[in-house]
Amino acid sequence: MSVELKDIIKEENLVYKKTPVLTDNVMHYCPGCSHGVVHKIIAEVIEEMGIQDKTIGVSPVGCSVLAYNYLDIDWAEAAHGRAPAVATGISRVHPDRYVFTYQGDGDLASIGCGEIMHACNRGENIVVIFINNAIYGMTGGQMAPTTLLGQVTATTPYGRDAKLNGFPMKLTELLAQLDGTCYVTRQSVHTPANVRKAKAAIRKAFENTRKDKGTSFVEIVSTCNSGWKVTPVEANKWMVENMFPKYPLGDIKDI
Amino acid sequence: MAEVKLMKGNEVLAEAAIRCGCDAYYGYPITPQSEVMETLMLRKPWEETGMVVLQAESELASINMVYGAAACGKKAMTSSSSPGISLMQEGLTYLAGAELPCLVIDVVRGGPGLGTIQPAQSDYFQATKGGGHGDYHLIVLAPASVQEMNDFVGLGFDLAFKYRNPAMILADGVIGQMMEKVQLSEYKPRWTQEEIDKMSDNWALTGKKAHRSHNTVTSLELDSYKQEVFNHKLQEKYKLMEENDVLFEEIQCEDAEYIFVAYGSASRICQKAVQLCREKGIKVGILRPITLYPFPKKEIARLSKQVKGILTVEMSAGQMVEDVRLNVANNIPVEHYGRFGGVIPTPEEIVEALEKQIIGA
Repeated sequence: MSVELKDIIKEENLVYKKTPVLTDNVMHYCPGCSHGVVHKIIAEVIEEMGIQDKTIGVSPVGCSVLAYNYLDIDWAEAAHGRAPAVATGISRVHPDRYVFTYQGDGDLASIGCGEIMHACNRGENIVVIFINNAIYGMTGGQMAPTTLLGQVTATTPYGRDAKLNGFPMKLTELLAQLDGTCYVTRQSVHTPANVRKAKAAIRKAFENTRKDKGTSFVEIVSTCNSGWKVTPVEANKWMVENMFPKYPLGDIKDI
Repeated sequence: MAEVKLMKGNEVLAEAAIRCGCDAYYGYPITPQSEVMETLMLRKPWEETGMVVLQAESELASINMVYGAAACGKKAMTSSSSPGISLMQEGLTYLAGAELPCLVIDVVRGGPGLGTIQPAQSDYFQATKGGGHGDYHLIVLAPASVQEMNDFVGLGFDLAFKYRNPAMILADGVIGQMMEKVQLSEYKPRWTQEEIDKMSDNWALTGKKAHRSHNTVTSLELDSYKQEVFNHKLQEKYKLMEENDVLFEEIQCEDAEYIFVAYGSASRICQKAVQLCREKGIKVGILRPITLYPFPKKEIARLSKQVKGILTVEMSAGQMVEDVRLNVANNIPVEHYGRFGGVIPTPEEIVEALEKQIIGA
């Protein structure tokens, strides 16, 4: 007896499907980039919590500026660095919604340093997803506040020099010091196990919003193989060997 | 019964916001308008109408908080003074680019730089010409009394929502700080979420509804041809404003041989100057633009055919005078008289300027 394909493609045989919270739009991200995975796990959390109709995202300026094309939720696109202020404005008039910002290291830790500090300090009831890949991806690979010492970028062609450029910024640790943050964690998505941990962290962050606990901050140490000018596989290796010692994974604060 | 009170201009802005059903005020302290937020914090409207009041960490943050609340279809506002408004220009161009309605109040002080905390009208350019990057305009209302500080809050929101465009009340330190009799507006309830959904379902952020695709508030368009189409749409909107929503006041213009063009505090001082002129036998009137954008172009053109000369009086080095000169339809002298840097002109100075710069020239 032969089994045909149509007999296999049945609801009861499905072991995996794309969450409907992700749209069918083709993502513009480079192959190997972490953004796609992070988008997916946020979308899955939104689906699993059943909050698609109650979630409002705020996208940044940077590679993920077009995040609104990929997650099927209401979105505001903010000016560079201002996402936490925009999210504050939304959350204050919609206190029962799940409001989150999605920001890169240039957006959040450089130009938006003031906005993120004060949103966290006020304990805005929002989630912040912070993609740290130690480089400005969209503008062509310039130095970010989180760029490592010695790291070559378009604006540190001889490597980041502490005397010239200052030091890599551990903003996440700073934000954990503020009384308004309830949950501050650092994750990655370079292995299936890490993807699962990152997803659990994002889920916890959104659950905190449900409980009105204050600001939840999830940093994802990420790769930018295009900006780093290496292959995706080499990028993962470079991240583990160079980024993790400076930006160690794990919960920094959980109250 | 209408409530009549003796109040300060800045306090009236706060009271009018509560009464017109404003949903959220986000602000940052700066002289000479700090009473706006102080009054709101004292009044605690969140207990009364549910209005949100929040002190932000900067003007950058407050205008972006306004952007967030406005993106939800809510009536959101902020107030500041000149240096703070300069900081807000980024947010204002994003609001205009995302077609978001909101109300911004500028109680102008003298500049440039940190300048002075005294009244001035030197923000005309940054208010009426866009101010930030890109081709856009704010709707700009210029109150000349504490009563108009009350009236223009509701009007500003009405126009902002009519055109889905930010509106600005361009006051100055005189109007903000002085006390006058004011008839306060009746209370209007805040819009319910159902009312907002009815008006703004196709753009406002609420959380994605099952019956519609998700809403995105953005000013980004990577395809330049589409951006050009969008910019044409904005220009059409500005044309409609010019056709339908120009506001101005003519004072003693019927028999006038000369006119002052002045707005806000300067127009009040010009009223005394008109009286002094007429005592001397010089027939002078005032054209007071109420909307500085859209500007009363047709009225300038019409009056320029009637009078022998125009003197603009501004508490600036001469900004609005450029728009007056652009719109005169006759070969008559158009001159500017201004005191600035926080100095207020006297009626006598204005009369003298008219005699020297226009009549005797």
